[in-house]
Amino acid sequence: MVALHARPCGGHAVLLEVDGSAAVAAVVAALRAAALPEVRELVPAARTVLVEVAPGATPDRATQVARDAGADAGEAGTGTVHTIPVVYDGADLALVAETAGIGTDEVVALHSGAEYRVDFCGFAPGFGYLSGLPEPLRQPRLESSRTAVPAGSVGIADVYSCVYPRRSPGGWRLIGRTDTVLFDPSAERPALFTPGDRVRFEPR
Amino acid sequence: MSALVVVRTGPQALVTDRGRPGHAHLGVPPSGALDGPAHELGNRLVGNDDGAAGLEVLGGGLRVRARGGRVVAVTGAPAPVHVDGRPVASHAALHLPDGAELSVGTPVGGLRVYLAVAGGLDVAPALGSRSTDLLSGLGPAPVADGDELPVGAWTGPAPESGPVPVSVPGTEVVLRVRPGPRDDWFSDPHAALTGPRWTVSADGNRIGVRLDGPPPGRREEYRGRELPSEGMVTGAVQAPPDGPPVVFLADHPTTGGYPVIAVVEPEDLPLLAQAAPGTVVRITVLR
Repeated sequence: MVALHARPCGGHAVLLEVDGSAAVAAVVAALRAAALPEVRELVPAARTVLVEVAPGATPDRATQVARDAGADAGEAGTGTVHTIPVVYDGADLALVAETAGIGTDEVVALHSGAEYRVDFCGFAPGFGYLSGLPEPLRQPRLESSRTAVPAGSVGIADVYSCVYPRRSPGGWRLIGRTDTVLFDPSAERPALFTPGDRVRFEPR
Repeated sequence: MSALVVVRTGPQALVTDRGRPGHAHLGVPPSGALDGPAHELGNRLVGNDDGAAGLEVLGGGLRVRARGGRVVAVTGAPAPVHVDGRPVASHAALHLPDGAELSVGTPVGGLRVYLAVAGGLDVAPALGSRSTDLLSGLGPAPVADGDELPVGAWTGPAPESGPVPVSVPGTEVVLRVRPGPRDDWFSDPHAALTGPRWTVSADGNRIGVRLDGPPPGRREEYRGRELPSEGMVTGAVQAPPDGPPVVFLADHPTTGGYPVIAVVEPEDLPLLAQAAPGTVVRITVLR
């Protein structure tokens, strides 16, 4: 059983609020396994899962599936592992090192030494929120956002790391860049990252 | 191959269909026609499936020339329509002969006009939809002067339909909302929504429409608090701490970090999408 608070979200959706990312993963795993035909969107986030159903349906059945989910079902998540080659020369690398009180080489070692999990996607197509950031790199966003962050920029903010799939505004601290394509609308699977996937960064 | 050759686009013309729901977990908005019923009506008038792609024309000003004769229909906001300078009826099927030029004038009420063509616009789909998504850049680029929009194969027959009613948007729109998911963040959500005489701001777009009026006040314990990003539905009324609420439309970001005080009923969103800046909006709360 997962402890959750079901918050109504219009007539065709429910926002399931749980107490952390493990419970989010468990709820998503249970709902994916149930494959309810009325479910149209399933959107995990930091502490919630949004379930949207087709017009005419109600999210009641989905809510019950979520409540019945095994509390640790998501922890075993055997998601795909992606290895992302990174050139660590980001505009904020020195700032990140200074904030952490370490050298830039240690920032690189820390960031590329960790394994990350795609907790959820949002903000832009293919943009994943990657948890697993080592403690010294958990730093706030920039005080003011950049109006244009280049595609492939690798950033950190709060407890997450990210890769910008395309050029966009952004306020995350940038530590490097990659040539890996994160989102290709013409591909059969357009988004490289799906919630639950694992990610490693490899210095180039 | 048949095509519509774009002579002039006006303020904005986009290829649109029913959108690409089902990809929100990848950060992809649903997109699709903002006035879904108007888009569907056009498809029905010309004998297309509901999913066929047409044009969503903001503010009129569109001129297209037919390459290959086709049945077309103009729906949505009522606007003057001409073929080679002769006035013709909107909200009805009409035959556009090879080489003829169709022009759509400025709407006399509402904002968005829809053009359907028998066979549908056959541009390349992305994630199962031909809709242009202005938030993420998915789908075809906005239509530009000189574009040639290929039209899909059509074997007919053209359907027969009588006249259909045209509704002219009024100067006041009523939106029905359901409270939540974060109405508990606000001190008196019902009064905060139903009390003000909201007006549609001038900076609305396919991502969302701002309702000018007093920001709903937060309860003491939620002041200065941040909400971790969470999934957003179309129609969500997002209430940032210092500004007026925003109603999310089809190209909305799939997650957001401001609390959603209520969600607009899907049937009422086309009214909002057609509401010109300055239109008065009243909110009523269901249940």
